[in-house]
Amino acid sequence: MHFAFTEDQKMFAATIDDLLSNECSPAALRLAAASDTGRIPGLWEKLVTMGLVGSTAPESAGGLGFDAVDLVGMMEAAGRHLAPEPLLEHVAVALPTLADGGASEVLKAATAGSDTVAVVHPQAPFALYGTEATWLLAEVGGEWRVGETEGLTLVHQPALDLTRRLFAVDPPPGWGEVLDVESDLVFDRGAVAAAAQAVGIGRRLVGMTVEYVSERHQFGKPVGTYQAVKHHLANAAMAIEFAAPMVTWASWCVANDAPDRSREVSAAKAMASDAVELAARHALQCHGAIGYTQEHDVQLWLTRGWALASSWGDAAWHRTRVATLLGI
Amino acid sequence: MDLSFTANEDAFRAEVRGWLNAHRPHTPLESLDTAVGFEQHREWERVLFDGGWSVPHWPEKYGGRDCSLVEWLIYEEEYYASGVPGRVSSNGISLLAPTIFEFGTPEQQDWFLPRMASGEHIWAQGWSEPDAGSDLASISTRAVRDGDHFVLNGQKTWCSRGAYADWIFCIVRTDPDSERHAGLSYLLVPAETPGLERRIIRRLDGEPNFAELFFSDARVDAKHLLGAEGAGWSVAMATAGSERGLNLRAPGRFTAAADRLIDLVKSADVAPSANVQDGIVDGWMRAQAYRMLTYQTAARLSNGDPIGSEASYMKVFWSELDVDLHQTALRLAGPRSELVAGSSDAVANGRWLTDWIFALSGPIYAGTNEIQRNIIAERVLGLPRR
Repeated sequence: MHFAFTEDQKMFAATIDDLLSNECSPAALRLAAASDTGRIPGLWEKLVTMGLVGSTAPESAGGLGFDAVDLVGMMEAAGRHLAPEPLLEHVAVALPTLADGGASEVLKAATAGSDTVAVVHPQAPFALYGTEATWLLAEVGGEWRVGETEGLTLVHQPALDLTRRLFAVDPPPGWGEVLDVESDLVFDRGAVAAAAQAVGIGRRLVGMTVEYVSERHQFGKPVGTYQAVKHHLANAAMAIEFAAPMVTWASWCVANDAPDRSREVSAAKAMASDAVELAARHALQCHGAIGYTQEHDVQLWLTRGWALASSWGDAAWHRTRVATLLGI
Repeated sequence: MDLSFTANEDAFRAEVRGWLNAHRPHTPLESLDTAVGFEQHREWERVLFDGGWSVPHWPEKYGGRDCSLVEWLIYEEEYYASGVPGRVSSNGISLLAPTIFEFGTPEQQDWFLPRMASGEHIWAQGWSEPDAGSDLASISTRAVRDGDHFVLNGQKTWCSRGAYADWIFCIVRTDPDSERHAGLSYLLVPAETPGLERRIIRRLDGEPNFAELFFSDARVDAKHLLGAEGAGWSVAMATAGSERGLNLRAPGRFTAAADRLIDLVKSADVAPSANVQDGIVDGWMRAQAYRMLTYQTAARLSNGDPIGSEASYMKVFWSELDVDLHQTALRLAGPRSELVAGSSDAVANGRWLTDWIFALSGPIYAGTNEIQRNIIAERVLGLPRR
């Protein structure tokens, strides 16, 4: 038992954090929100060059053989900086699933990053950046299928977070190729990656709120000196700091196919969803009226936090799954 | 990152489990807060000590077996899962011992630690005073130097185990002209010192589980000063770190309670309401999260990094988890939840209720959770003090 990331894992996460910190400024995110695609031009190509986009493919397929534990720091960074890219879908879910299912042609193009793969599941039912994806990986009736997006009808579903371009898609019967994979494992990969992103968003929300209440003065002193404000932020930070090791543990369970994997993943996602929602609520409250505006940057993190809290199973859905898996 | 247990760790777990099962008392002990139960629990301490399982994380020369931090966490998991009696010596082992290891002279270590490990000395804490609770630095119990002794006058209160303990670790004001954090000293006081009177305080269910102490010209040998004279505050805060951090409440206590709660709901005749079911899931998840955070902290400590203010997260988290876990069990018991031990219809002989009453003190002792949240906000998050 040694609960610590390796130096390599920490270094890779820090490198991605640096890149996203430079690329995903609030100004860049607002430009993305106003653009046709919702994305930051050229960012995906940079992530391809750094090796991240293909990282979870086996080395034999041109990837780095990363597992779910290797991805934790990277997914957290993607959340912290609100990277408007399909990293969760393409990297955390699609590549390892295509590799497991032996879809070698799709895997090759997806690992190179020339093709992207969108993913849909009943708990994440809309294809993020679906019209830009060449391939769709879809859970249909308990089976995972992969096929081309060409020929499918993708209907834009405008979302609160303007960088999240979601599309309803309904593959017809017999569409695509069935992958021989464990259905729950594929879902668990997405749920735990969403949980890691939620942790990253939550940490950033607490951090930016600490800065704000330390600077904002009322009654002649920073509002952060008031105990009510302190306790809100302490509660949000505590929820996040306890969700974080659960996310790491659940990722380890995914990477090592541990016996109680799905139970631990659901516990992690439920706690991460609750934590980011609490962080969002207290961030908004502690910012006061300015945080309620589109003009202030905190809304970028609020809207993404709410999206990640409910995507890939919200807290209530995962709690029910934990109850079932505990046998109560 | 390896979150599986090694073969050695698995063997260690099996050894702990086997030993506890082989040595558990045949009949339940009385409450450790009664005079009879206190002595029964002291005997259990001796059994643990003779088997080498009283303080496995201590050095061998003081009665331990030098086990690793991870092994100690495994030991605690097995200890609570096994349902053997609670530790009457926990104040000494959890709160005082880390301070003796850090500040004690070799003579103090050699004399106090083995006696603590064997149960010969059971310790109580003498910190709070009637006018010094959350504001601990305002304590006024005075200890005036008189040759090779200190003469104590004043009053301490809320001393858990204080009615029957053999020794009390106190913070006293040795510089009469000092204020606040300066001029305090950490003094180890024999409970049988002439001039020290103890009065039992019953907690809300009548259990005599703490005491008030009255010092009237009580003379204590100056060799029992722990750390330097006047350095009591920094010595005491080292103990507070242990108390809030890894030492006081290992996750095993809560994972075991969550597992018992799941067993309880599975054995119930009626399916739980959605509300109670969610409470069980919530308690189980939080216990698991506390376990994982603790293993993460253990890895940090074993890498040589210190445990810092983030220990404050732990105390708030486990104390509120403890209340909620037991409250959920009481909801499951419904109208039978008010029945105490001895009632023929009580669920688990009223244990959930007794343990809930104990859990209710958690958010108050060891620094109230309001104080802890201030510490998190100011020292961890960096919010302005004023």
